[in-house]
Amino acid sequence: MSKTILTVDDSKTMRDMLKLALNGAGHRVIQADDGMAGVEALAGAPRLDVIITDINMPRLDGFGFIDQVRKDPRHRATPILVLTTESDAAKKQRAREAGATGWIVKPFDPARLIAAVNRVSS
Amino acid sequence: MTDPMEAIKQTYFQECEELLLAMEEGLLALENGEADSEVINAVFRAVHSIKGSGGAFGFEDLVQFAHGFETVLDHLRSGKLDAGGEVVKVLLRAGDMLADHVAAARKGTHLDKETGRDISEALAALSGTDADDSGEAPADFEGLDFAPMVIAVEEAPASAGWRIHFAPHATLYANANEPALLLRELARLGSVKVTADLARLPPLETLEPATGYFAWDIALTGDAPRDAVAEVFEFVLGHCDLTIEMADAPTAEIIPLPVLAPLPDAPVAEKKESAPAADAPKQSIRVDLDKVDRLVNLVGELVITQAMLSQRVAECKIPRASSVGNGLAELEHLLRELQESVMAIRTQPVKSVFQRMPRLVRELAAQTGKQVHLVVEGETTEVDKTVIERLGEPLTHMIRNAVDHGLETPQERLAAGKPEEGTVTLSAEHRGGRIVIEVSDDGRGIDRARVKEKAVERGLISPGTALSDEETDNLIFMPGFSTAKEVSNISGRGVGMDVVRRNIIDLGGRIVIGSTPRQGSRFSLTLPLTLAVLDGMVVAIGAQTFVLPLTHIVESLKPKPSDIHAFGRGRNLLNVRGAYVPLVDTAAILQAGDTSQADQGVVILVESQGTGRLALTVDAILGQRQVVIKGFEDNYRHIEGIAAATILGDGRVALILDVDGIVTRCRAQLGDFNELRPTGS
Repeated sequence: MSKTILTVDDSKTMRDMLKLALNGAGHRVIQADDGMAGVEALAGAPRLDVIITDINMPRLDGFGFIDQVRKDPRHRATPILVLTTESDAAKKQRAREAGATGWIVKPFDPARLIAAVNRVSS
Repeated sequence: MTDPMEAIKQTYFQECEELLLAMEEGLLALENGEADSEVINAVFRAVHSIKGSGGAFGFEDLVQFAHGFETVLDHLRSGKLDAGGEVVKVLLRAGDMLADHVAAARKGTHLDKETGRDISEALAALSGTDADDSGEAPADFEGLDFAPMVIAVEEAPASAGWRIHFAPHATLYANANEPALLLRELARLGSVKVTADLARLPPLETLEPATGYFAWDIALTGDAPRDAVAEVFEFVLGHCDLTIEMADAPTAEIIPLPVLAPLPDAPVAEKKESAPAADAPKQSIRVDLDKVDRLVNLVGELVITQAMLSQRVAECKIPRASSVGNGLAELEHLLRELQESVMAIRTQPVKSVFQRMPRLVRELAAQTGKQVHLVVEGETTEVDKTVIERLGEPLTHMIRNAVDHGLETPQERLAAGKPEEGTVTLSAEHRGGRIVIEVSDDGRGIDRARVKEKAVERGLISPGTALSDEETDNLIFMPGFSTAKEVSNISGRGVGMDVVRRNIIDLGGRIVIGSTPRQGSRFSLTLPLTLAVLDGMVVAIGAQTFVLPLTHIVESLKPKPSDIHAFGRGRNLLNVRGAYVPLVDTAAILQAGDTSQADQGVVILVESQGTGRLALTVDAILGQRQVVIKGFEDNYRHIEGIAAATILGDGRVALILDVDGIVTRCRAQLGDFNELRPTGS
């Protein structure tokens, strides 16, 4: 089933890779290049099925962005997957405390990404 | 670009370039003690991003190195490590190393294993000494505060299956987790029997919609390993009570999976302080340079059209104070502003070139065993992109020169009463519509006696030639002054200072040396801000109009016949306040019609960098104005003595003289003229 997914990452490489994998699985992708742009995208976005966000970003980082999503009545029940590297154990925990639903470990392979997406949205 | 991953890889390398620059900038700020937490964060982010995406392309060496680097930066960020001098040195070298890794990955090669070992070890030492966590916890086993979990002690027999108790907390829903999806995923591992545990469900009137009341007992049969079961709940550890036990007996009261109770509404997440970073980067877009150039060209045409219009209006004897005149004045004003704005699009801070220099200096210091401190000033000064692109090589060479030849060894410096560490200063500033870039050092200065000796050895000057200090210094710009055999492996990479000077001149610039023995030397480059317009003097020579670039003009004068002296076959010298300068019949060498009479016309004294002065005869000076440079070599061919063309206000094409070319040619014809020059002039 096609889902609408917002990806928030300051790295164009990562945005492109996410888009490639998600499009490949038949999902629609909306892109934002940092947390602030992500918040702006929320306002204009249709119903989002999943949000995927990086943590380390300028202007507004992933924690701040998740916080904003969870405050937004329209999106507070939207699953959020955090992009993280294996070394970011503490960050993963912090992201979850901030309201992240799950995470994707970088570098991800497309199958795992899709599995994670499926695990948090029907 | 058929392979999308290949396209993304290109994006990655582009991004790496930007990230490496940001990293270098941050590290330098750190070195200068100007680093706040945001700077450290930015460096961390850059390294982290390079690593994060690099893994996707299988750049293992790069990722591994970046990981060690990142760990140290993380310690720095969290305050576990202080950014002391030694630490910063390691970081700077690690930054260089990371850039090398990226470059190697880009070329599809690998760095030699030994190359970066010492840096990797230094990084490991930095992170190792202070690290209480290795920073490398595997994804599935973090030190999280999840609910007690009973771990089966004995290894699971393959077919036993699992008994799972799963009781979500409210926070699980708050994070938008969905138990139904987890149960669905469990069902993929084997056959499941799910029993809803409704014991916690309160009477309706006391039900809080934002709380989780349901719990489930799941009996999973099949040969799924424990890890696979735990993985299903990976995202919700800590947000639920979870026990996973080996199955012993089937449970009673089984309800099938689809009959899951509707989930309560997701409760409001706990309020957390957000962490917005303060720096808002300037918005920018990428534009194809061709588009900008087309714009620059069009504006140039517009300026010409405006000038023509003004001239026509003047010819019609329409007074300036009229509405037409006022309108034209306004148009001219707006056009100038438009032109400046368009030119500004092509400008960039010199930073992109300057930023490459600290690394160079570090490498040179390591190679020569000298201690060098590089001071960079004015790196935000903006110059035309073309100038910037072509500045890298000359600057690199000048800095090499400063470190290799300019600075003394620490021992020599101490003996000379100087601090052990030598200073090389690289600065840029705008001065009078041009940009001045200086490379100076506090080293030994130019050894003039040695320079002269060498110039004689190389046959560049005759022994006994009297030269002023300035002229001596300028000898190093002579082609053939430094030869491959002579220069050390650092300064000599097949480029002599003559090539540096040639590069600068090609950019419409000048280079000047200043040197004080034992105190150091200074190279000043003066460059135009743009290569599209030029300030010129419009002159009449013979029947034609020419433009002389203002930058080369020293002065204009009306000589007395007594100042002109014949010198050899039909050649003349002009006595300019005691100094003899070759007087050139410009009309003759340009074949521009009737030979003008030097004693009737005006003489313009021009100077070429390094090759000296020349007096050019012209018939009249018509004015001074900014002209738009129109190259014609692409459409025609190179003409000796002519640099480019422009279009004047009256629509006529005028040629812009190549002063350097003319001076070089004329002085070559005059032979070794320097000997005739009075000393000290």
